[in-house]
Amino acid sequence: MIKPGTRLWSTTCSTAVVVVRPPKGDVALTCGDAPMAESEQPAQGGTPKTEEDGGTLLGKRYSDADSGVEVMCTRAGDNAIAADGRVLLMAGARALPASD
Amino acid sequence: MDPSVLLEMVADAAGDRRAVGALTYGDLHARARAVAGGLSGLGVGNVGFVDEYSETVPVLFYASAMAGLPFVPLNYRLSDDALRAALARIAPAVVVAGPEQRDRCAGIDGITVLGADELPTGPLDSVGPGDVSVLLFTSGTSGEPKAAVLRPDHLTSYVLSTVDFLGAGEDEAQLVSVPPYHIAGISTVLTSLFAGRRIVVLPAFSPAAWVDLVTAESVTHAMVVPTMLGRILDVLAERGESLPALRHLSYGGGRMPAPVVERALALLPHVDLVNAYGLTETSSTIAVLGPQDHRDAISSEDPAVRARLGSVGRPLPTVELEIRDADGAVVPVGEPGEIFVRGEQVSGEYLSHTATDDDGWFPTRDRGYLDAEGYLFLDGRSDDVIVRGGENLSPGEIEDALLTHPLVDDVMVLGVPDVEWGEVPVAAIVPTGPVADEAALEQELREYVRERLRSAKTPARIFVRDELPHTETGKALRRVLRTELAAETPA
Repeated sequence: MIKPGTRLWSTTCSTAVVVVRPPKGDVALTCGDAPMAESEQPAQGGTPKTEEDGGTLLGKRYSDADSGVEVMCTRAGDNAIAADGRVLLMAGARALPASD
Repeated sequence: MDPSVLLEMVADAAGDRRAVGALTYGDLHARARAVAGGLSGLGVGNVGFVDEYSETVPVLFYASAMAGLPFVPLNYRLSDDALRAALARIAPAVVVAGPEQRDRCAGIDGITVLGADELPTGPLDSVGPGDVSVLLFTSGTSGEPKAAVLRPDHLTSYVLSTVDFLGAGEDEAQLVSVPPYHIAGISTVLTSLFAGRRIVVLPAFSPAAWVDLVTAESVTHAMVVPTMLGRILDVLAERGESLPALRHLSYGGGRMPAPVVERALALLPHVDLVNAYGLTETSSTIAVLGPQDHRDAISSEDPAVRARLGSVGRPLPTVELEIRDADGAVVPVGEPGEIFVRGEQVSGEYLSHTATDDDGWFPTRDRGYLDAEGYLFLDGRSDDVIVRGGENLSPGEIEDALLTHPLVDDVMVLGVPDVEWGEVPVAAIVPTGPVADEAALEQELREYVRERLRSAKTPARIFVRDELPHTETGKALRRVLRTELAAETPA
């Protein structure tokens, strides 16, 4: 079970994420088709594997509707993240003005 | 999720950015981690703070989070007795106190007092997130202060649902001028820093010092409470300054008179104005009136759109909001009632009890109504409603009517017992200048309200005073005024 706050690093590109919403059950998170590591990895080079495998952007949230897992990207990379093989989709930007 | 993870994310991605004072994000994270190590070895249950705002606030907030301990900023303006009573409630605790506060905190069982330059440091063993991130004593405008409990998930969900990670430009700076025991003084440590925005601190507010600091530090963003804004605008008008660096000004934490907002729009046309409504118990903001809402309202000839200058905007997409009547039924659009909210950022929990119901709805004790487009208008505190002959009267409506009179500078309306009606409204006003004949002014003002509202809403008495009691963050202290008026008027 992956807890919120867990940090994960790609082993195929420079992507790093923090889990901000846990999955409902066990789920395998991968990046560029390889399992993600729970310890810091040096930024790996890599090329997108497929057309929809478009990589990650700093500060964006990616989620999987089926498992409920949501991650936030803390280091951008070339490969996309998937949960049990389903590519995570970027959550829409929120346009809330600063209030405090 | 532990809120310190949010700081760690920014420190990793942009460690060289400045966070607060001379500290970069990397420095702040390292300092907080070292202090967390020191705190976790002390065997205390809480980390208190009794001082004006300084860079010690973010250090202690994140250090406490990393050590799994609640951070408890206390009101240093409390009387000695009240402060010591509050401290006794959080023992065993380590309390970081300013030089002028140390003696007042000394000699309490289970309380260890330290100066900001004496913070313990040490290696941090891995600790999970604590149960409680922040304990914040509410301002207690209607009675004994309550200790609101904010847990890690309330704060992190508030940040993640309202702020874009590193969404601020490197040149952005946020001026904090509320005290550390105000919810906005805590939430800004999370939201500004998660956005990558540097925090600039004004420890003790004065309107001239605020204007000077905005200029000196090229401040781009600021948050003020209503009483601050009017006084800031006075200084700007007097000096003929326009604060070219300032881009974004949010206000909240109390009732903001529409004329002050109109003046701000006129004096600061290049600044985005944001009205935010939130409570300590909801981890800060739950509704916002954004910059475009302000511009649409001021330029509209539709009275319903124009009226939104007096609104607190629409609920956040992640917060559900309902207006309910005394029986708990949801009221139709336009009808006032009590505001209930629900969402991941909503706590509604106190040390003594939980106000939230089984379905997660929190009764705010604030009254309000929604317009047809979902804009929320506040209508005072439920506790302040005046029940005259079975009819509910809102002090705010009567206050707004009196404020439009050119001789009225400030006003407070409250209910007093009455043999015939049960309760009737009375008003206390601060006049804009010297008054020759108070009785004639009272008569004139009562007539003025009667013409605009109706006789039930006309204050039975209008008292002329030099000033009205507010908390230092601008909330009306009707409880204090009630006591003062009772002492002056024989029964």
